[in-house]
Amino acid sequence: MAVSMDHTEHAGHPDMSNVRKVAMWAFLGSECLFFGTLISTFLLYHNTTGDGPTAKEIFSVPFTSVSSFVLLMSSLTMVLAHHAAGRKDWRRMRVWLLATAGLGLVFLSGQAYEFTSFVHEGLTVTTSPFGSAFFVLTGFHGGHVAIGVIMLLATTLMSFTGRLRDGEGMNVELVGLYWHFVDIVWIVIFTVVYLLQV
Amino acid sequence: MTTPTHHNPHKGVWSWLTTTDHKRIGLLYGVSALVFFLIGGSEALLIRLQLAAPDGTILSADAYNQMFTMHATTMVFLVIMPAAAAFTNYFLPILIGARDVAFPRLNALSYWIYIFGGLFLTISFFVGGAPDGGWFGYAPLSTQVTEIVRMDYWALGVQILGLASLLSAINFITTIFTMRAPGMTMMRMPVFAWMALVVAFLLLFSLPMIAVGLFEVFLDRNLGTLFFNAAAGGTPLLWQHLFWLFGHPEVYILILPAMGIVSEVLPVFSRKPLFGRSFVIFSGIAIGFMGFGVWAHHMFVAGLGPVAEATFALTTMFIAVPTGVKIFNWIGTIWGGSLRMKTPMLFSLGFIAMFVIGGLSGVTHSIVPADTQQTDTYYIVAHIHYVLFGGAVFGLFSGIYYWWPKVTGKLLSEGLGKLHFWVMFVGFNLAFAPMHILGLEGMPRRTYRYPKGLGFEFWNFISTVGAMTIAVSILVFLINAWRTRTHGEIAGNDPWDGRTLEWTISSPPPEHNFDVVPVVHSEDDFWHRKYTEDADGNAVAIPGGGAPLVAGPDDPPIHLPSPSFYPLLAAFGMFLVVLGLVYVPVGLILAGIGVVTVVWGFFGWSMEPLTREAH
Repeated sequence: MAVSMDHTEHAGHPDMSNVRKVAMWAFLGSECLFFGTLISTFLLYHNTTGDGPTAKEIFSVPFTSVSSFVLLMSSLTMVLAHHAAGRKDWRRMRVWLLATAGLGLVFLSGQAYEFTSFVHEGLTVTTSPFGSAFFVLTGFHGGHVAIGVIMLLATTLMSFTGRLRDGEGMNVELVGLYWHFVDIVWIVIFTVVYLLQV
Repeated sequence: MTTPTHHNPHKGVWSWLTTTDHKRIGLLYGVSALVFFLIGGSEALLIRLQLAAPDGTILSADAYNQMFTMHATTMVFLVIMPAAAAFTNYFLPILIGARDVAFPRLNALSYWIYIFGGLFLTISFFVGGAPDGGWFGYAPLSTQVTEIVRMDYWALGVQILGLASLLSAINFITTIFTMRAPGMTMMRMPVFAWMALVVAFLLLFSLPMIAVGLFEVFLDRNLGTLFFNAAAGGTPLLWQHLFWLFGHPEVYILILPAMGIVSEVLPVFSRKPLFGRSFVIFSGIAIGFMGFGVWAHHMFVAGLGPVAEATFALTTMFIAVPTGVKIFNWIGTIWGGSLRMKTPMLFSLGFIAMFVIGGLSGVTHSIVPADTQQTDTYYIVAHIHYVLFGGAVFGLFSGIYYWWPKVTGKLLSEGLGKLHFWVMFVGFNLAFAPMHILGLEGMPRRTYRYPKGLGFEFWNFISTVGAMTIAVSILVFLINAWRTRTHGEIAGNDPWDGRTLEWTISSPPPEHNFDVVPVVHSEDDFWHRKYTEDADGNAVAIPGGGAPLVAGPDDPPIHLPSPSFYPLLAAFGMFLVVLGLVYVPVGLILAGIGVVTVVWGFFGWSMEPLTREAH
């Protein structure tokens, strides 16, 4: 039978790394709505500060700009890690993966410091709807960064066992997609939550 | 060519607990949904018994609140969604010519999260009372009384059920985009597969919004955040927006799988291709998009202002258009066909008739002044049951009768099937048609009793008789299903003279579905293998049943996913997490154990090998 003419789609045993990429994109599409909803909640309450401090009084844009810059740079190191993985340069790949995880940790430390200082200045989740929305939004973003750091470290460890090279488990490209997404979300949060409010 | 002589010991409870076979997971979903259907149905019967006569005394006000909340939550999240997931799991891979879903273990994880989520919601009955704030948990009702943990059970239960659906959605989207058989282009996919794809996207984009809302409810209750606290400047209306931004797409999540089933059943029993096939598909996609733009019609009495009300009135009228297109296409399919009135066909025709009634009463909600009168009356209850019972449940039963022989290898009895249909059809209309009248007469929903002399007595009594009749019809179905174990007629591969790929393989299908991955040449491929056309366009059977399925040039070897215990373990960990979170701060210890269990599950998961080869 002449079956080749219809052979427009690839056969039933697809390349798994491609399959995972489709799944990751679908997941990130869902995440857009997740953060979109959190940001909308924040915008609803950005002026509802009650007796508590307002955005203007409490935000330190220079400090947050520095930590935003750190997170942005981590996307660059992530690209370098992906590039090294493409060349099968495992040593460089590990270096850049660890650099990315390190920058992520610096960002998280900055967030921890910021949260602590806000609490000292009288803004907590229970102060005002503004406080609730701010901490829940940035807290969920921080949680995503933390999960990203764990994924980066796990990928680095797995690269020693050889599993990474077989394309099994998490690969660098998937972690990269996730990391860049979390980074882009921060750009939106930094603009909407910090820059537009002060 | 690969010779599939693979026989493993696939018996025992352990093999079911660790299965990653999409067909077994589909069966698990189906049986679980049926069990929850009986639970949710019993809750409904208690509600109807309470309302059969004025000043009912069967349920207290408190018990009544729990019953209507849990009846709706159970039927929506634990019955209709998983029943659709059962069909999608079992048949989506087969319909597109694949041997499994893209991520078999993730599929198992979805199922186990669903089971633990259902268990979590149900055990609340035994630990101080079930959720009682209505299935849409309006704030501040759902956030105020924090000493009673019932709504914590609701917020966390719905949250993890949402997670299960989200993972399924990602899995099905990936399966459809990457695992279709050679020649199975998107437009050649069966309509059921298309509707499964639209549903997956609706889940993907609507669940995160309710997830945020549920987190906010949970945090308001347990951490003292002020999202819905009006005294502190919060806006309870935000919850309504977040809920219905999910809740309206959810309506289509519930109905589109049934529409997909009906679109498969009608052509087979009319012996005609689906009329305007691409119109049906694109209408489904249009419903998916427009479903995100009509949510505020649930909130017309909230005082949104004339601009918003006019906008959502218009979008609500417009969304009836693609739905109407589908109904005309179904009628066009039946028109001039050589109809065979088998049980699946009866349920599909019942679906169309009942859904038209429900759809029309839905359009009446778009008229804002009329909706203001209808809101929170039994008219709404009548409408939702015409679309979700007359629509979704009739469609799902059509699918059960249609695919039962494929899944079990035996046919359900036609006589009992028809009895089931007619008893259910009569009972359904007795139960819910009177609610239109009660609603327009002003009977409010969610009140546990009504006094004598308001004129509600007669129709309430009729409605209760109808509910009992439905219960009888379900009993007939259960007898029918049980009977097939011993008396069922052997179905063979193709009992209905079907059109799609599942009828090319044995009943029940082999573990690997296809001995060779089929190469698809057209839509309704199997029909065109069996029939050719004469000069007048009439179908003529090809002698000997037509050409068999042939392997493509690069037929892949058979890989089967390994059984895995880790999805069950990870899901159990999530159960411990949510159970612990109900009882913060003490429960945080339990939640911590849960987190460790989840990590253990995922660690084991990432370390075990992916597939085994069939020898």
